[in-house]
Amino acid sequence: MSTATTPAKRSPAKPTFADRWTTLPKPVQIAIWVLIALFFFILPLLNLPIVSTEDAEFGAVLATVANYALVALGLNIVLGYAGLLDLGYVGFYAIGAYTVGVFGSLHGQVPWFVLIVMAVTISTASGLLLGAPTLRVRGDYLAIVTLGFGEIIRLTALNTEWLNGARGITGIPRPPSTELFGLPSLVWDGAVAKVDLGEGARSVFLKFGLLDAVPYYWLALAVIILVLIADRLLQSSRVGRAWEATREDEEAAELNGVPTFRFKLLAFAMGAFVGGLSGALYASRVGAINPDSFMIQLSMMFLAAVVIGGQGNRWGAIVGGVVVAYLPERFREFADFRIVVFGLLLLLLANFRPQGLLPPRRARRAQRADAVTKELEGTEEGARA
Amino acid sequence: MNLTFTGLVVGAIYALFALGYTLVYGVLRLINFAHSEVFMWGSFGAVWAMTLLGARSGMSWPAAIGLLLVALVAAMAVSGGVALVVERIAYRRLREKHAPPLVALISAIGASFMLSEIMGLRDRIAGWLNLDTVLAPYVRQARENTAFVNPLPNVQVLEIAGFQVRSNQLIVLIAAVLMMIALDQFVSRSRLGRGVRAVSQNPEAAALMGVNQKRVVQLTFFIGGLMAGAAALLYLVHIGVTRYNVGFVLGIKAFTAAVLGGIGNIRGALVGGLVLGLVENYATLLGLASSWKDVVSFLLLVVVLLFRPTGILGESLGKARA
Repeated sequence: MSTATTPAKRSPAKPTFADRWTTLPKPVQIAIWVLIALFFFILPLLNLPIVSTEDAEFGAVLATVANYALVALGLNIVLGYAGLLDLGYVGFYAIGAYTVGVFGSLHGQVPWFVLIVMAVTISTASGLLLGAPTLRVRGDYLAIVTLGFGEIIRLTALNTEWLNGARGITGIPRPPSTELFGLPSLVWDGAVAKVDLGEGARSVFLKFGLLDAVPYYWLALAVIILVLIADRLLQSSRVGRAWEATREDEEAAELNGVPTFRFKLLAFAMGAFVGGLSGALYASRVGAINPDSFMIQLSMMFLAAVVIGGQGNRWGAIVGGVVVAYLPERFREFADFRIVVFGLLLLLLANFRPQGLLPPRRARRAQRADAVTKELEGTEEGARA
Repeated sequence: MNLTFTGLVVGAIYALFALGYTLVYGVLRLINFAHSEVFMWGSFGAVWAMTLLGARSGMSWPAAIGLLLVALVAAMAVSGGVALVVERIAYRRLREKHAPPLVALISAIGASFMLSEIMGLRDRIAGWLNLDTVLAPYVRQARENTAFVNPLPNVQVLEIAGFQVRSNQLIVLIAAVLMMIALDQFVSRSRLGRGVRAVSQNPEAAALMGVNQKRVVQLTFFIGGLMAGAAALLYLVHIGVTRYNVGFVLGIKAFTAAVLGGIGNIRGALVGGLVLGLVENYATLLGLASSWKDVVSFLLLVVVLLFRPTGILGESLGKARA
């Protein structure tokens, strides 16, 4: 691989980050990935002065952030790859969480691993069930139908006695613990040549709460890594190509022999799978759920995460998830004004960076293609004039 | 009978509210997610006007009617203003750049979050400006229900088949239908209305024919806002309380009404609203608890979209989509 194969958009003297990355030997790439993963695994133990949240348990915050990142990854398959606007994604999240709650605590004592399998099975099945009739409707109507489904799921949970109605479900089983060894966490004070201005060094961090939340974060992180690998394989496979074709121009894809409907349904089911999985993890982390945990606003947050990050870019989805979940926690001092600021952020992003923070390479390619087309059309018009 | 009438009243409010969605969609092909907040601000406009004028319940008819009209104007003015603000901050730049619909949706979601939270934090904001004592009656308990003082005596007007029709309900129904008729006439007969129809059919051609697109878009937002303000006042007369997040569920319902009737179609909004109101209220006849009402309306939406994606009356003002 050399930089010469990439289109000469910039001068060869300044290779882009991506170019440099692809020229690295494979083992080095893998080593770097492992290092990055490791860094994130020990992140909650580092208690980095600026990164750590002051008013909330950092471990718990990280677990929340990881959860959002996972959801954003799932929604990114539906929205970014296949281009299906799903406003009711929270529905699958709720199905996953409720499956764990109902069969693990309310009406049964199923072991945890079986619960997770059940949760993803049921939410994937419901993805297929919802997708089969609805994916035939046009784009923006699809958005509304899915919005309706998301609400229907929540309201059903709210009004069904068998699901405990508004009281919700408590005592949801946690993942089985195996206490192998404890890990120390760093405290930043004079010992390290790092000036600690805030109260980053609080012994409270060694208490129960944190030790409770960090393992969940690790679990979520492990799941994220698995999903990322699967995501990457999917996207570069025939399936990913089919999704891209469907997203860019459905008629053309269909005419070229891509069974678009089947691929759309597949994307929907995949998204439902990840959504249900993250819902199940969420439920077993917090231990108690009720219908209010799954308001439509949460769907909007998920959607915002994907769009902020850049739809169709898996790293973007993660970044977006982090932005949406972490910033409000980090800036608790503005706690009351969090949502106002968040709304403003969405507005500004949509207006000034509509591609998201990390636009996918696809989009750039598509833009170039558009530019070429425009140029051609322009010259034609010029010739006619 | 009772259910039918209540359904019609609620449906009329949905219908008025739905107009904003329908108009904006007809012209821009975008779902204005912030429209629910336009409604919410209008409802507060009405409440504040009443507070300002010192309305009490049980006033004499002429005074009460006068006050209500003032509240109506206030609600419409606030809603229209907020709708214009939404157009300016959330849509204009994106429209000029021809951004994809999803980006506009995100932008509108952002605007919607901001607008509703600003209302929910109005006591804090007033505190910053040191106006909290002066404005106390307007800003206290910002996150709680705010009651609307209805100056009208709510008397029984007539009796149909053992069911008493109250004056409030009648006022709401008649006012809503009058508004709808006025708007329909405005769009189908006036010069501005012609511009709206032209842009919704073919923006480029309309621009070439000298229709000022920017004006037309502003106008649609504004009219939608006015109607939402009217809907907000009628809602207050019917229900009596509002809060900073009242718009959300109602907004989804109104949108459902718009889609039911055929989005982009003004008469469709009326039909959709009334159908939705009736279906919701009849659901209780089927032995469903009233808490299932929302589920019923969403299911109705899904079913309609599956079998007739363009809604009951079809999309838009009789235009052929290229």
